[in-house]
Order: sequence, then structure tokens, then C-alpha cells
Amino acid sequence: MTKPNWAARAVKGTVDWIDYRLPVFTFVNHHLVEYPTPRNLNYWWNFGSLAGIVLVIMIATGIFLAMNYTPHVDFAFASVERIMRDVNYGWLMRYVHMNGGSMFFLLVYIHLFRGLYYGSYKAPREILWIIGVFLIFAMMGTAFVGYVLPWGQMSFWAATVITSMFSAIPLVGESIVNWLWGGFAVGNPTLNRFFSLHYLLPFVIFGLVFIHLWALHTHKSSNPLGVEVKDEQDTIPFHPYYTIKDTFGFGVMMVFYMAVVFFAPDMFGETINYVKANPMQTPPHIVPEWYFLPFYAILRAISFDVWFIPAKLIGVVLMGGAVGILIFMPWLDRSPVRSARFRPIYKQFFWIFLLDCLILGYVGAKPPEGALIAIGQAATFYYFFHFIVIVPLVSVLEKPRSLPASISAAVTKAPAKGAS
Amino acid sequence: MRKFILATFAISLLGAFSLLGMGSALASGDTPKPPSHKWSFSGPFGSFERPALKRGFQVYSEVCSSCHGLSLVAYRNLADIGFSKAEIAEISAEAEVEDGPDDEGEMYFRPARASDRFVSPFENDNAARSANGGSLPPDLSLIVKARNGGSDYIFALLTGYREEAPEGFEMNEDMYYNEYFPGHQIAMLPPLDDEAVEYEDGTKPTLTQHAEDVTVFLAWAASPELEARKRLGIKVLVFLLVLTGMLFALKRQIWAKLH
Amino acid sequence: MTETVTTVTTEEDEGETRRDFLLIATSAVGAVGAALAAWPFIDTMNPAADTLALASTEVDLSAIEEGQAITVVWRGKPVFIRKRTVAEIESAEKTNVADLPDPEEDAKRVQKPEWLIMVGICTHLGCIPLGQKAGDPRGEFGGWFCPCHGSHYDTSGRIRKGPAPNNLAVPPYKFVDDESIKIG
Repeated sequence: MTKPNWAARAVKGTVDWIDYRLPVFTFVNHHLVEYPTPRNLNYWWNFGSLAGIVLVIMIATGIFLAMNYTPHVDFAFASVERIMRDVNYGWLMRYVHMNGGSMFFLLVYIHLFRGLYYGSYKAPREILWIIGVFLIFAMMGTAFVGYVLPWGQMSFWAATVITSMFSAIPLVGESIVNWLWGGFAVGNPTLNRFFSLHYLLPFVIFGLVFIHLWALHTHKSSNPLGVEVKDEQDTIPFHPYYTIKDTFGFGVMMVFYMAVVFFAPDMFGETINYVKANPMQTPPHIVPEWYFLPFYAILRAISFDVWFIPAKLIGVVLMGGAVGILIFMPWLDRSPVRSARFRPIYKQFFWIFLLDCLILGYVGAKPPEGALIAIGQAATFYYFFHFIVIVPLVSVLEKPRSLPASISAAVTKAPAKGAS
Repeated sequence: MRKFILATFAISLLGAFSLLGMGSALASGDTPKPPSHKWSFSGPFGSFERPALKRGFQVYSEVCSSCHGLSLVAYRNLADIGFSKAEIAEISAEAEVEDGPDDEGEMYFRPARASDRFVSPFENDNAARSANGGSLPPDLSLIVKARNGGSDYIFALLTGYREEAPEGFEMNEDMYYNEYFPGHQIAMLPPLDDEAVEYEDGTKPTLTQHAEDVTVFLAWAASPELEARKRLGIKVLVFLLVLTGMLFALKRQIWAKLH
Repeated sequence: MTETVTTVTTEEDEGETRRDFLLIATSAVGAVGAALAAWPFIDTMNPAADTLALASTEVDLSAIEEGQAITVVWRGKPVFIRKRTVAEIESAEKTNVADLPDPEEDAKRVQKPEWLIMVGICTHLGCIPLGQKAGDPRGEFGGWFCPCHGSHYDTSGRIRKGPAPNNLAVPPYKFVDDESIKIG
């Protein structure tokens, strides 16, 4: 099926005319078509593009939800229910957006752990990694203010508990909290401004993603072997190999995502958020969404003052520090070897760290009583111990396995495995 | 590939474990988990049985509506249950809605129309509390989604009243013992019994039947989009599975070039 | 373009056709999916169920006397309801339809000759014409007068003079009984 000659020339003519004035086609060709990518990437490398797609889905559904949502304490809850009941496909927009938040965090956490396992944060990709940490902070901010908008019981009380945390800051704490609230408690001014911020932050995320991709394209992708690309044999063009692989990954992700949206849409949520906010009645258990649970556990773990520093303040600092410490991975990890495939000791500690995060998540979900208090404290201690002690020590003391000479050498040596 | 599948499986297991732990306790302290009840609307192919919805609506209007509102549902939504426009007009006209101001600037009452939402039995929460000894009967529009255990819990609650509290359990004044209510003491008196409502369709009235029917009705009230959602869900999932299958085949084909 | 050039064999040709077919088929299915996915977003902007429920308004006509007019709101727009006098009906019926900028028989614009019901929005640029209240200017044809750009409507609400291109629109309505109507 060949195009007739005149049509082909017309298309090429138009393309050249545009490209000469705004090189979009050259750009796309350089960054998405010819772009040399390691030939041995596995499926753990799909999660970045998946997160990007979910970001677009969140912005799209969010914009359409905003057409019907009212950010006023007297109308917010009812406006969401109106969306669910009266707006055409409103329930679909809402459930896609609500579960998209969970999907976004799930994908980004996997993406992050991929980075931890394969040493993606190592030189020369330190800034790429750090932008990633900033992205997580921005996502957490977005999710936090977003959850307040339906104005359910959990929306209100989670907002109250978490914003009150800032009163832990010495001297200016109270003023900062009243400044955040726009009043003396979480109320209408708070809700209104959280709506504004929730609309703004995703576009900040969008901008950070652009910078993240810019940094990525500077030194291009790492790979499961952690061995840098040496020559053309090691790479393949992004199109068609990774365009099709990413599209396939998108299909798999959508199957899971849509199964949740259509058949278990409230699975990740808290039932009590279907009760309208009541500032005079606290729910029996205040819990954040699942993706915040490990940090919530860390916050609550510090139940004792240290010297003159109040427990509350330490909890807040550690909670932020739990994300912030990731920034330092490129310098905490001193191993000359990137990928955990060749680091048998570090690999074990990676899995133990993952287990520790899951334990923290479990502890965060439960009320802080009995054995869980000690477990939460131990898991919190271990979390920071992993970064501050284990990672540096192991990186220096470990004897890594020998690396293959190059990507293509490894690939041709084991043709059956290869890149699948 | 094998490693990938293994890893995904392991992580999902861990994830599932965490999720199970993460859900708020279905049983707090010694309050038992409500038993699983078979509902026609559960599962990917679930739907609401119209006769049950109609009976459930009858139970709601004759028993529950004296204390509990349903303010997120509009009378016109009853068309989904199978009521005709005329029947809905009749049902709504039994309630009064405040409207106005009229040309003299006065507010007035008029019969509710199909486009109005269900009129609540009390003006506001304070009026409700004052009429119910300080307790607030919750609006039932979302009750099935707002309680852990959902329809199982509501059904268990309605059938969970016991004549006597068990040995050694101290009951407070004016409270009733319920197996499934957290803390076992509930301010609402048992609303249903074997003769609470005489069904228009002739179904034999029993406590269990009433409880089941009103739970189905309330499940519908909380999720009126359920049937449309599941129907569309099947179509979407089938489509996605086919498309993803094709994408996988295409991916293999394109990558075959490399080997 | 890192692909190496190979001599084209028949096997490769067959492979190409197969790949082409799968590619075209998958792309087609994908495109259909994208279109189907776009629809809910578009439909979400259509009037919601509660808006559609308010699409009709019932009006009680019993209090309106001959020569009187009221304005009601229907779908957010003003609707003029006038109980016409015998003189007004006669003048509307006797007009030579061919002379009108927008020819329309009076009989086509009313169900009962004494009740004139029309959307009170000037068909020029959307202002609300005057003539509902006693003392309002009625224009040169005894009906309504739009002050914005000087359109004159007659006793049947038809445009006679001025920039408006069409007669005042008659909304769908029906008589529920002799004393009341349902608009929409």
C-alpha cells in the first residue's frame, strides 16, 4: 500500500515548512523515534511512562469534575453527590479521578523502588533523581489538598490533624497554622484555597515532569545491568521498540485500573468519607489514604520528647525527612556498581527495606496501641538506619559480582533471556 | 519474564496483605464482623431486583422515613425502581416543600414535585436530635457506602437486635442491645418485626424479608449508577483485554526483529 | 535509523504483510477505543439529570385577566403569557401574512386564540422587549417594543419593523386543563 507520489510530496512539503519555523518534527524524531535506548530494558522501566499517562488522565478528569464541583462548605459534599447521581458519566469521572490518585502513587512508588534497586540515582543522573523526589513532594501536596475537597468526615479531620502539625514549629507555629487555615479552624476559607491549590499543583507537577524528562534525555536511560551504553550495539531506537512496549504496558495498567474503577471503586477509600464533615464529631479512627500510611506511622512513632524538642516536632521533621532523605541516595550509596543484580548484599537489604515500608504501612493503618507502638518505632528507626548506616556501609564493604563488558556482550551471551 | 511474573506475584501478595491490614477494622474490639449475605447486586454481573426495590421503598416510606431522611435522592429517581410518572407525582405530593418568596415576600409550602429531592422528616439536625432524645438518626442516602461492611452490615444490624443483653453486659438506659452495632448499644429501637409492612405485591412479610428489601433499596439509593457501571465495566474490560492482547502480539512481532 | 539493511526476501515480505495487518488492526481498535473514551468527557458537559428535570414549568392561568400579561421563567428564560383582548385577536388574525418580514399565520402561533405564549427574547440580539407591564411602550403595532435596537412586534408577537429577523419564538406547551399550561 504505497502512497501516491503527489500526496507524499505534499505531506513532506508541509512537514518541512512547519519544521523550519518550529522544529516540532525534528524534536519528536530526536526524542521519541530515533532516541537510542538500551536494548535490555525490562518491564520495570515501563512505570515512568505509565505515571505520566495517569497524570494526564488525572488532569483531564479533574478539569471536568471542576465544572460541577462547588468549593464551599455548605455545597461541596452535595455537589460531589450531584456529580455521582445527576451529571452524565459523573460517577465515571469521579471514580476514575479518585482511583487515579491511588494508581498514580502505586506506579510512582514502583518507579521509585526500581530506581533504588538498579541504582538509577547514581552519577550522572543525580538531578534526575532529585527532581523525582520533588515530584513526590508535589504529588503528596496535591493528594492531600485534593482529599479535603469532597468535605467528608475524613476530609475534614485529616486536614485538621495534618495542618495542626505545623503548630509544632517553634515560635511561629500557631501563626503559620492560622495562616494556612485562613481562620481559627479548618473551615470555608481553607476549603476554598485548597481547591485553588489542588488545581494549581498538578500543573507544577507537569512542569517538573518536563524538567525530569529533560534531565533524563541528557544522559538517557540507565538499564538493568547498570552498565553504561558504550556504542550503537547497545541501543535500539525508541520507536518502534519502546513505543509498542510502553503502549502494551499502558494496556495492562488500564485493565487493572478499570477493573478497580468499574467493580471495586471504593476499595482504596474510607467509608466514613461518605458522611458529611462534622466539625463537632471526630471519627473513631483517623487514617489517611493508603499511600500516606508509612509516613503517618513515622509521624506517630515519636511519642517522646528528646531534650527540649517536643515529640510532635520530631515526628513532623522525620515524616518530611523520610521522603527528603531520598535526595541523598546518590551520596549515601558509594558503590561503584549501579545495579543490585551485581550487589548480592545490597540486594538483600533492598528487600528488607521494602518489607520495612510495608510494615510501616500496616502500622499506619491501625490505631497506635499495644505491640504496634513498639513495632512502629522499630520500623521507623530501621527506615532511617537503612539510609544512614546500611546503604553507605554496604556500598563500601560489599564485594560486587563482576560486571559484563557491555550491554550487547551480556545480551548476546544469553540470547534466550535478552530483552523481553 | 519468569522473574517479572514472580516479582509481580510477590509484590501483589505483600500488597494484598497490607491492604487487608489497612482497611479500618471491620470488627472493633469484640463487635463481630457481619456475616456475608448473598445480594443480587454483588459481583461483576450484579443488578437490583425491581420487586425487591419496590418492597424496600415501601418499608422505607412506611417505617424509616418518620425519622430518617433520604435527601440526596430525588423523587424522579424512583423511575429507576419501576414507578410511573403518575405514581411518582402521587408519592412526591404527599410531602411538602418550602418555596418562595411569593409576591408579598412570604415563604410558603407547596406539595413536592418529581424534580424535588426527598423531604427530610426534620428541618435540621438540632430538630432531629431534640425529637429523638439527643440522638441523630442519620440520613440514609449513603448509609450503605458510609459503613464498613456495607449492605451486609445494614442487614445484620436490622436483624441483630436481641431481646436481652448477654450475661454480664451492662446496658445503659434507653439503649437497645444489638449484636453488630459497634459497642453493642444502639439508641434506635428495633424498627422492624414480622408484621411491620404489608407488602403490596403480596410477599410474605417477615423481619428478615423486610430487612433484606430495605437494604436492597438503600444499596440502590447509595449507588444508583451500579447497574450502568457494571454493564459498562464488562464492555470496557473485554475491549481492553482484546486490545492489550493485540498489543502484546504486536510487541512480540516487532521485537522478533532483534533476535 | 539503526536498522540494518537486509535483502528483501519473500519470507520477509510475508512477515511484513502480517505485521502490517496486526499493526493496522491494533491501531484501528486503539483508535476506536480512544473515540469511545472521549465520549464520556463530552457527554459530561450535556445538561445533567437535575437540569433536565427542571425542563418543564407549569403555570396557573386562572388569575390572568383579559388584557393582562405575566412573565414566567422557563429554562432560565422569560416567557410572556398574555390573555389577549378581542380587538388584539382580530388585528392579529386580519393581518396580510404576505406583508410580514417573517410570514406566519396567527392561528399557527396559538392553541387558544386568547392565550398568546411566547419566549420574551428579541430575535435580533437577545434583549427582553417591553410591553408586559401597563405603561410600557408597545411599539407601532400594539404588541411589544424592543428598546435596544427598535424592533416592533404586533399583537401576535410577529416582527413588523426593525432589525429582528424572526417572530418571537413560541415554546412547546400544552394545556393541562382550561386554567393551566405546562411549558416544555
